[in-house]
Amino acid sequence: MTEALLNPMDPADDPLPDTIPGQDLFSKFDALIAEREALLDSGVRDPFGLVMEKVLSPTLAIVKGKETILLGTYNYMGMTFDPDVIDAGKRALDEFGSGTTGSRVLNGTYQGHRECEDALKDFYGTEHAMVFSTGYQANLGLMSTIAGKEDYIILDADSHASIYDGCALGNAQIVRFRHNSVEDLDRRLGRLPAEGGRLVVLEGVYSMLGDIAPLAEMVKVAKKHKAMVVVDEAHGMGFFGANGRGVFEEAGVEDQVDFVVGTFSKSVGTVGGFIVSNHPKFEVLRLVCRPYVFTASLPPSVVATAATSIRKLKYAGNKRAHLWENSKRLHLGLRELGFELATPTAQSAIIAVLLPDQDTTVRMWQALLELGVYVNMARPPATPAGMYLLRCSLCADHSSEQVGEIIAKFEAAGRAMGVIS
Amino acid sequence: MTDREETFAKVAQLIAPFNKKGIALTDATSFAGDLEWDSLIVMDFVASVEDEFDILITMNMQAEIETLGQLVDAVEDLRNEG
Ligand SMILES: Cc1ncc(COP(=O)(O)O)c(C=O)c1O
Repeated sequence: MTEALLNPMDPADDPLPDTIPGQDLFSKFDALIAEREALLDSGVRDPFGLVMEKVLSPTLAIVKGKETILLGTYNYMGMTFDPDVIDAGKRALDEFGSGTTGSRVLNGTYQGHRECEDALKDFYGTEHAMVFSTGYQANLGLMSTIAGKEDYIILDADSHASIYDGCALGNAQIVRFRHNSVEDLDRRLGRLPAEGGRLVVLEGVYSMLGDIAPLAEMVKVAKKHKAMVVVDEAHGMGFFGANGRGVFEEAGVEDQVDFVVGTFSKSVGTVGGFIVSNHPKFEVLRLVCRPYVFTASLPPSVVATAATSIRKLKYAGNKRAHLWENSKRLHLGLRELGFELATPTAQSAIIAVLLPDQDTTVRMWQALLELGVYVNMARPPATPAGMYLLRCSLCADHSSEQVGEIIAKFEAAGRAMGVIS
Repeated sequence: MTDREETFAKVAQLIAPFNKKGIALTDATSFAGDLEWDSLIVMDFVASVEDEFDILITMNMQAEIETLGQLVDAVEDLRNEG
């Protein structure tokens, strides 16, 4: 990239200096390497190099020999240690082996993949379901395949990297609108030429700040302008809506959303990704989506755990209620302590704490870890508007006592670091 | 003023709030090099240009634009098409 005005696709992708011929290709990363070394030299632990030595439950792990409450895992529904889920995985490992060694379209579709897709169809009430090896690949596949050179993809500026990367992989014309702005979406759709198909890309929950999209209004605007709609429910599945389908279910727009993209790596508690849809021609995507065709399928144990978990999530109403309770309580507790939070009230199970700069954020992150609480640190360019964040994601399995303990530890760390008074 | 000069003047006005160092603006002014903008500023700025002229500058087009002159030309083209 030369002096790209306008960086190609991902806002996270600020231009790097050119490498001159003969130079070490790594030299473009020198500034980043220096910044990282300076940070580590200041004596803090590496926030991006943590190792979980043992995992005791969805909410507890051993880190550096110390029992640590997990508050940054996206394991919203605590399915990772569910006995039925574990059993299903073990059985599949015994019966089908450790891996498929093949693409979904060749030797990589086992009975378990079919059953996993059936579980998704049942969970979402759709005609079709397609399982990918990750949610990242599901977005890559959909964005790059469904919209051609003459078509338009209209996406929220704060879209996940996998959506931007999918656009970069394809040939469509890409238009961005301001984050969660219905008016801006409407205006941009109104300026599109008459020719060309239109796909509006939305997310139920935006994972950096934990805010949700006004899907009822946005889908209405998209349909007014005759666009197809995809909603990424990576952080909404399991938690939102009467059946746990996601924010789009809660918003009452199920019949107008053309595709839902999701992941098994959060509420479902394993790894994998999917698209569900009622479009009559949906199945053709299995032949044309390169991120589906040119990679190996998920291991049998993984699809077996996913299918079992998805079947249980449908009936997890009590867990959903407890997760809401936890989320609202943590939000209120932190707010009352004087922390600045990204949303005025809890909108999802992600509570993002805003901090002034990298140094304070890393020190606060480390103080919490030393007190036995693990949270996610996020910084530019992953965050919108250059924010420094500590992101907490709650789990339905966090006990009320654990939430109390978390709030107390935030208070201690916040005082010690001078973040709150 | 010609149409292009007028467009240039309007775009220059939109640049002002983001031109912290008061760099003099010419057709050759580059956004990343001279104005030292990062991707967040670019996004805000592009949205303001789109709204001012009631046009769409796709990310595909944005990737080709490095200088103020190129942007003004693109705006002119888009207005004439529309
Ligand atoms: C909104 C969104 N979409 C897609 C993904 C990708 O999911 P996966 O971890 O399955 O690749 C994530 C998670 O990282 C996400 O937050």
